[in-house]
Amino acid sequence: MNKLILGRYLPGDSLIYRLDPRGKFLITFYFIGIVFLANNVVSYGFLLLFVLFAVYLSKINLGFFLRGLRPMFWLILFTVVLQMFFTPSKDPLWSFGILTLSKEGLVISAYIFIRFVLIIFISTLLTLTTTPIEISDSIESILKPLKAIKFPVTQVALMLSIALRFVPLLIDETTKIMDAQRARGVDFGEGGLIKRIKSFVPILIPLFVSSFSIAYDLAIAMESRGYKDGEGRSKYRVLSWSMRDTVTAIVMLLITVILLFIRSY
Amino acid sequence: MEIIFKHVTHAYEANNPLAALGLDDVSVDIKDKKFTAIIGKTGSGKSTLVRHINALLKPTDGTIMVGDREINAETNNKNLKPLRKNVGMVFQFPESQLFEDTVEKDIMFGPMNFGVSEEDAKTAAHDMIKLVGLDEKYLSKSPFDLSGGQMRRVAIAGVLATHPETIILDEPTAGLDPVGRKEIMDLFKNLQSEGRTIILITHNMDDVANYADEVVVMHDGKKIAEGTPMEVFNNQKLLTDDVLTLPQSAVFAQKLAQKYFKFDQLPITISDLSTEIKRQLNGD
Repeated sequence: MNKLILGRYLPGDSLIYRLDPRGKFLITFYFIGIVFLANNVVSYGFLLLFVLFAVYLSKINLGFFLRGLRPMFWLILFTVVLQMFFTPSKDPLWSFGILTLSKEGLVISAYIFIRFVLIIFISTLLTLTTTPIEISDSIESILKPLKAIKFPVTQVALMLSIALRFVPLLIDETTKIMDAQRARGVDFGEGGLIKRIKSFVPILIPLFVSSFSIAYDLAIAMESRGYKDGEGRSKYRVLSWSMRDTVTAIVMLLITVILLFIRSY
Repeated sequence: MEIIFKHVTHAYEANNPLAALGLDDVSVDIKDKKFTAIIGKTGSGKSTLVRHINALLKPTDGTIMVGDREINAETNNKNLKPLRKNVGMVFQFPESQLFEDTVEKDIMFGPMNFGVSEEDAKTAAHDMIKLVGLDEKYLSKSPFDLSGGQMRRVAIAGVLATHPETIILDEPTAGLDPVGRKEIMDLFKNLQSEGRTIILITHNMDDVANYADEVVVMHDGKKIAEGTPMEVFNNQKLLTDDVLTLPQSAVFAQKLAQKYFKFDQLPITISDLSTEIKRQLNGD
């Protein structure tokens, strides 16, 4: 349960931590977009250097990012192998039926691999340095313009932050229930497929029951404290855009320009 | 079964900046067929300690002997069933483990996992529901239609149904009414007198004074004291360090001692207290 790095916050303090979460959020998505602009060794190398520099600035051990790759391992392997053997080529190094191994194929699969690493590293960087609540605050702030078309921004943001708040709670609850059922002799991950699926029934039912009761308690608690969303609610956590955020945004633009330059060069 | 902890250390999230020591070099000897209470503040490592006994957690360092079974960092997850059958565990708020559509099936769940035949499991369900003080008519009901206290009893019955030799209780009476709490505690005391080993985690010092033979005091992941309830509650250092509070009778005795009375050792149960008061009033 605790092995998953992607999507997890790591308490710390560095330049990256201090950036405005709205900016970080948008920049991460922007970066994932411009990764697709890269098309040769120099451009991929340049992006990789940039990401490693960002990791360095975050002052977080590189090991965390490498561990973030682990859950995606099979997906990466599958995609890379697919590209390696199914890229059509006029000059194959080796071929068997529809499988062809060629220089182009090898290069493309290497690029795909780097692309995966870049995207996973940068999104791990966002989640490691930004608390879930900051992310949900920034989504609220980014969606604000949609109020003009009557989109329920505050409700959506509330739902989002409650959902995020429930994640650790449900993880705790799951661990607890799994322990209790293990003590009653359930072996998770043993036996055939049907037996394994069946062994999750004793977890899922109690988990549903307790999430409903937690949700019900939360609703009562919020109502008894007079919660009402809508106009005029002040915020406990105020986001502030500062000089360093502007600088980061400019750096991103510069990177785009450089990429476009390398690309066409 | 005797349970021996030898220099057990447990680190949560080892090799990680969030790493925290759950247990720090703990050596304890939990005696066979005794009623042992484990006390200490929230976060002192009580639950972490007992989770090692049926290998839900494994030590980062050190070993635990449960009978002649050894648990250490290398213990793998296979073949733990015989151990878990012998060590029953009632968790905090055990009612959250109920999931079957009838009470009977839920109580039978444990025994059947451990390979008991359906018939024997049914017999166990009938025996256990009576043992925990509920009528047999509840067996056909859904556990989710019961009250909180009844659900607690059903969950306890579900653990006892496997006839474990050692029973671990993690605050089994939290949130129960006083009558229910006494019934449940008496039930465990009776099980002990039938030859089971009982390990109780609790914040209730009166339960410790009334039921336990041995006490282990945990603080910040370390064992800081052990002994009989009488020894532990008369340990001035623990009291002044604010690690534990006294049972009601001892508090009462402390107040009496400010005037008229004098106690060499603080009485910890009501019967000790009354005997002592009577003795002193009679002018001995």
